[in-house]
Amino acid sequence: MIEIIKQYGEAYLWTDGFRFSGVSVTLMLLVTSVVIGFVLSIPLAIARTSGRKRYVYPVWLFSYLFRGTPLYVQLLVFYSGVYTLEFVRGSDFLNWFFRSGYYCTLLALVLNTCAYTLEIFAGAIRETNRGEIEAAKAYGFSNCKLYSKVILPSALRRAIPAYSNEVILMLHATSLAFTATVPDILKVARDVNSATYQPFFAFGIAAILYLIISFFLVAVFRRAENKWLKHLQPLAS
Amino acid sequence: MLYGYTNLIIDGAVMTINLALLSALLSMILGLLGACAKIFGSKLSSTVASLYSTIIRGIPDLVLMLLIFYGLQIALNQLTEAFSWAQININPFATGVLTIGFIYGAYLTETFRGAFLAVAKGQIEAATAYGFTPWQVFRFILFPQMMRHALPGLENNWLVILKSTALVSIIGLADVVKATQMAGKGTYEFFFFTIIAALVYLMFTTFSNGVFYWLDRQFQFDRKDAHS
Repeated sequence: MIEIIKQYGEAYLWTDGFRFSGVSVTLMLLVTSVVIGFVLSIPLAIARTSGRKRYVYPVWLFSYLFRGTPLYVQLLVFYSGVYTLEFVRGSDFLNWFFRSGYYCTLLALVLNTCAYTLEIFAGAIRETNRGEIEAAKAYGFSNCKLYSKVILPSALRRAIPAYSNEVILMLHATSLAFTATVPDILKVARDVNSATYQPFFAFGIAAILYLIISFFLVAVFRRAENKWLKHLQPLAS
Repeated sequence: MLYGYTNLIIDGAVMTINLALLSALLSMILGLLGACAKIFGSKLSSTVASLYSTIIRGIPDLVLMLLIFYGLQIALNQLTEAFSWAQININPFATGVLTIGFIYGAYLTETFRGAFLAVAKGQIEAATAYGFTPWQVFRFILFPQMMRHALPGLENNWLVILKSTALVSIIGLADVVKATQMAGKGTYEFFFFTIIAALVYLMFTTFSNGVFYWLDRQFQFDRKDAHS
């Protein structure tokens, strides 16, 4: 095990000598997909709860499709499926985009997390106290101001516990990236396994790395809850 | 319609369902054991259950699957070599069931724990006061009420288990994903066949939603009365 760490430690954490690999790639995938997914999911959550059919149904369909199928199948659609289509190969941009395992993985991760996150946020928006909304309307808040000053600040706060779960599941989901030849932690572990035939250590190190990142994320979200959800915590007796 | 791959895909879909049902059963058993150990168990057993649910939930299922699949085979090889037996090749289906069941047992431990704690304490005290044995308390008071609280978590976990079975094609099982990928290779219609796989999963999840909607109504009968 010491030898594996000596020889491949750098590949697990940072780089395999040619490009980034291991933890750095996993974190890059996680941060990029979670940030883009977060930004996209807020307007979609508002549309999902707007009560207007032409907004609600498309968003519902999107989330139904992406939450009803496994992420692995979505990745296969983007990575091995789309590239076989004629018009994709005909267009320069699409050809360039779908040839890259990185972009396909990111696309699948972003759309997947977006579907789950928008449902979490939509649930939180629905649970907003009606009285708060009525009060804001009585004070003459515009729709834009109503959402940005009243509904979203409180809904996003209440969504933190569920959202932290989703982010940790996204960390787990990034391990699928190796099937699209992206050199994340698990890809390194697989290469180490085929080079050394020591699966327990090769995958064990990967498991420990994921565990450390998970605990770190849990700690970060606990701090976030302490900061932004303080008003909802039970009083210390 | 499916270029002659219909049977292969149907076999794959049946494999997926079998795998999901068996893993779900195993994970429910492990989850119940884990939750009971955490709440009613001795200090040692509750520590073991806590370690199980904390560590497993911190590691991606795919990593655990590969770790168990490859690790178990190497460990078996070393064992058979040490005793100079013939090599035993582990069955990917059994490994898939064991791994998925083991992983989601950890998630269900937390689901069931929360559900047990949601049952009012006074009911257990009342049952004990009426002379129920601990097993009777569990069987007639705790378990039926606990299931009601656990149902939303169970539904979630079932859907996650169903979707995580897609990963077993990576360790070589002929599930519906593997079948569609083989069909894709044979015809070079990858897009079409992967969409078929997605539709099969969509069908399963939609059907499960219906079943859970029905179950929910079965378990909620008295709460309905309370509201009316």
